[in-house]
Amino acid sequence: MTIAMDEILQTIRMVQMENLDIRTVTMGISLRDCADSDFGKMQQNVFNKITTYAKDLTKVAEETEKEFGVPIINKRISITPIAEILGNATVEQTVELAKTLDLAAKQLGVDFIGGFSALVHKGFSKGDETLLKALPEALSVTERVCASVSVATTRTGINMDAVRQLGYVIKEAAERTKDQNGIACAKLVVFCNPVEDNPFMAGAFHGAGEGEAVINVGVSGPGVVLNALKKHPQADLGEVSDIIKKTAFKITRAGELIGRVVAKRLGIPFGIMDLSLAPTNALNDSVAEILEEIGLERVGTHGTIAALALMNDAVKKGGAMASSYVGGLSGAFIPVSEDNGMIRGIIDGALTLSKLEAMTCVCSVGLDMIAITGDVSPATLSAMIADEAAIGMINKKTTAVRVIPVPGKQEGEIVEFGGLLGRAPVMGVNPFSSQNMINRGGRIPAPLQALIN
Amino acid sequence: MERRRAVVSVIGKDKVGIISKVTTILADNHMNILDISQTILQDFFTMMMIIDVTGNENLSNLRDQLNLVGEEMGLKINIQLEEIFQAMHRI
Repeated sequence: MTIAMDEILQTIRMVQMENLDIRTVTMGISLRDCADSDFGKMQQNVFNKITTYAKDLTKVAEETEKEFGVPIINKRISITPIAEILGNATVEQTVELAKTLDLAAKQLGVDFIGGFSALVHKGFSKGDETLLKALPEALSVTERVCASVSVATTRTGINMDAVRQLGYVIKEAAERTKDQNGIACAKLVVFCNPVEDNPFMAGAFHGAGEGEAVINVGVSGPGVVLNALKKHPQADLGEVSDIIKKTAFKITRAGELIGRVVAKRLGIPFGIMDLSLAPTNALNDSVAEILEEIGLERVGTHGTIAALALMNDAVKKGGAMASSYVGGLSGAFIPVSEDNGMIRGIIDGALTLSKLEAMTCVCSVGLDMIAITGDVSPATLSAMIADEAAIGMINKKTTAVRVIPVPGKQEGEIVEFGGLLGRAPVMGVNPFSSQNMINRGGRIPAPLQALIN
Repeated sequence: MERRRAVVSVIGKDKVGIISKVTTILADNHMNILDISQTILQDFFTMMMIIDVTGNENLSNLRDQLNLVGEEMGLKINIQLEEIFQAMHRI
């Protein structure tokens, strides 16, 4: 069937003026066969496997983006949670392994490699303990290695010992990179109910149920949704949902096509499409501005959660219709530092940390890329994680915490992280202590799955 | 051989000789034009062509030549495989 001129123009406009892009093509690689009792050998195995499987990833992605005229912004790799292959490795060796991963990423020209991870939602294995101890140093001596830790799931409850320890990990990672505003923390996500096929960073890892290698794709396009809504200022909310659905459908179809082409050319199975709306600091490429377009004077005011819930659901519906294999996180991301509208909301006093927390009940992830005062205590960080984990656990959804306690910074100051990570106003935390609760440790039991009101 | 088609879109300020220059490049590259439509919208020249690129694995040479003419004449010229439009606008 012939394509009409206005349809061709619409696609071109989406790409060239409204920031439609494929945010990431992420190759998942299993490293389980790299485990070896000899650490040097394991290190070599890991490096060889990654650089062999992904050797053409960047080249093929770049060719494909040219042929179809849709940019692929990031090429990334996710790997088996590294704690699973550590065995008896020491903390020092684990840091060395992080450096090896960093080197592999640089050699391949990929911007991030995710999976320096541990799944400890029920308890710690030997490798998990080693990884957690190595995290602060590993994140501060590498550039492209991303880490995540699963501390809770709906079926296991919350491992509060892990939550307590991560408060210290985040604090130390920030201190070790204090000259760069605590940037190491931007590469660490603490999860409840993590997904195994997420292509987005910093939380990507190649889960236990995944195959040898897979291509997962994350699309984006807040700008496209925003522009579509701008054409209908009088539409009622049912129509707003419909407009978002249709737009998400088109974005997802473009992403799936390109993901499948890349996968075919690399000879690797196509996994999933993650249709998350991920904002960037580019003009109008903001999730907050979509909420404001729906009718809020500033993001964070009353009505924000309703608007976000509507948008998140419409994105899922449009995307699910467009692709048979929707996975990953698939919803709206609300990272503060990467979204000009969120930044403005905070500066204007409309958006608070509590409201951001509440927003995570109805959207894709959690407290994301939020700068907080540098003097925050580890126990308060742990308590923030516990709150988010509880929201995820009870609501059977993924939640996460990626906060950066910026050393030496006070509430209201603006910090620059640079590049994709953007900039953020430093937010204050509740001054009252949560220390005694965190000190108790133990596990918060898994919740009832019936009697759910 | 699998049929491959691409869309060439030309957008910019109208002037003499746009179609001639663009089609000359296509002819020089032995590319057959299957469909062509053109309009002027508020002084802006807009042209879409569907061309047959079966058997041409690498379009980067053609893309470079089109970009060169685009820069010369102040036009934005894109060449994209047709499947992307099919995917986005047809179920």
